[in-house]
Amino acid sequence: MIPILFFAFAGVAIAAALFMVLHRNPIYSALSLIVTLFALAGLYALLNAPFIAAVHIIVYTGAIMVLFLFVLMLLDLRVEARGTKAFGPGQIGGIILAVVLVVEVGLFMTTAENSSAVTAVQDVQQVGDTASIGTLLFTKYLFPFEVASVLLLSAIIGSVILAKLKLR
Amino acid sequence: MIILPSYYLILSGILFSIGVVGVLTRRNAIVIFMSIELMLNAVNLTLVTFSNQLNSLDGQILVFFVMVVAAAEVAVGLALIVAIFRQKNSVQVDQVNIMKW
Repeated sequence: MIPILFFAFAGVAIAAALFMVLHRNPIYSALSLIVTLFALAGLYALLNAPFIAAVHIIVYTGAIMVLFLFVLMLLDLRVEARGTKAFGPGQIGGIILAVVLVVEVGLFMTTAENSSAVTAVQDVQQVGDTASIGTLLFTKYLFPFEVASVLLLSAIIGSVILAKLKLR
Repeated sequence: MIILPSYYLILSGILFSIGVVGVLTRRNAIVIFMSIELMLNAVNLTLVTFSNQLNSLDGQILVFFVMVVAAAEVAVGLALIVAIFRQKNSVQVDQVNIMKW
């Protein structure tokens, strides 16, 4: 059962990610990125991380992608979907660099024979449910947790100031 | 058939590379932002995989903080894109050269 689920989620994630990068309409890109994020949440659930899977759906599809779609609907982007060249030197260079990266990652994955990444998981004692994540977050990682709140506050202030900015 | 952790890592590498293609080849600033989100999620998948493999929850805490930083980054970045759109009436990255002199 788990292999079928893994390959289903992985196939959906890769197909939707390719659709996101290749489609010209940014709204379709955003919707297919949502599909990718749902597939990734399923993979997290397969990896014994149910809390991360739930938070991933709430934060990414509930907050971040809604923000993306809101901005996409706010800006009228249909005007400039046409009139752009499909391929320039930047695009060709980008594809070459990406192919180099794919080859590099593939070589790294196939030559790492003796690492722990190619041995199957034995018995899993640690499941990332809400209680264990919360215990760790409020004891060992208390200071980073507080710093994260300062980061979020500065992001709120920064985006409000940018949104109210009078540009000439 | 057993799903090895390396399968998850290979999937994560593929997703990261698709994100790199998006950042390098697209001109729409919002699509570039979404590709960056895809790359962050590929790294999150790696962290959760190793957290499961090594029987330790620290990787999942790190995923939590990556999500916090991604949310802050998206809020500020989209505010910047909206400000640029109000000035230039475009979000194509090759038309934004106001920092060039």
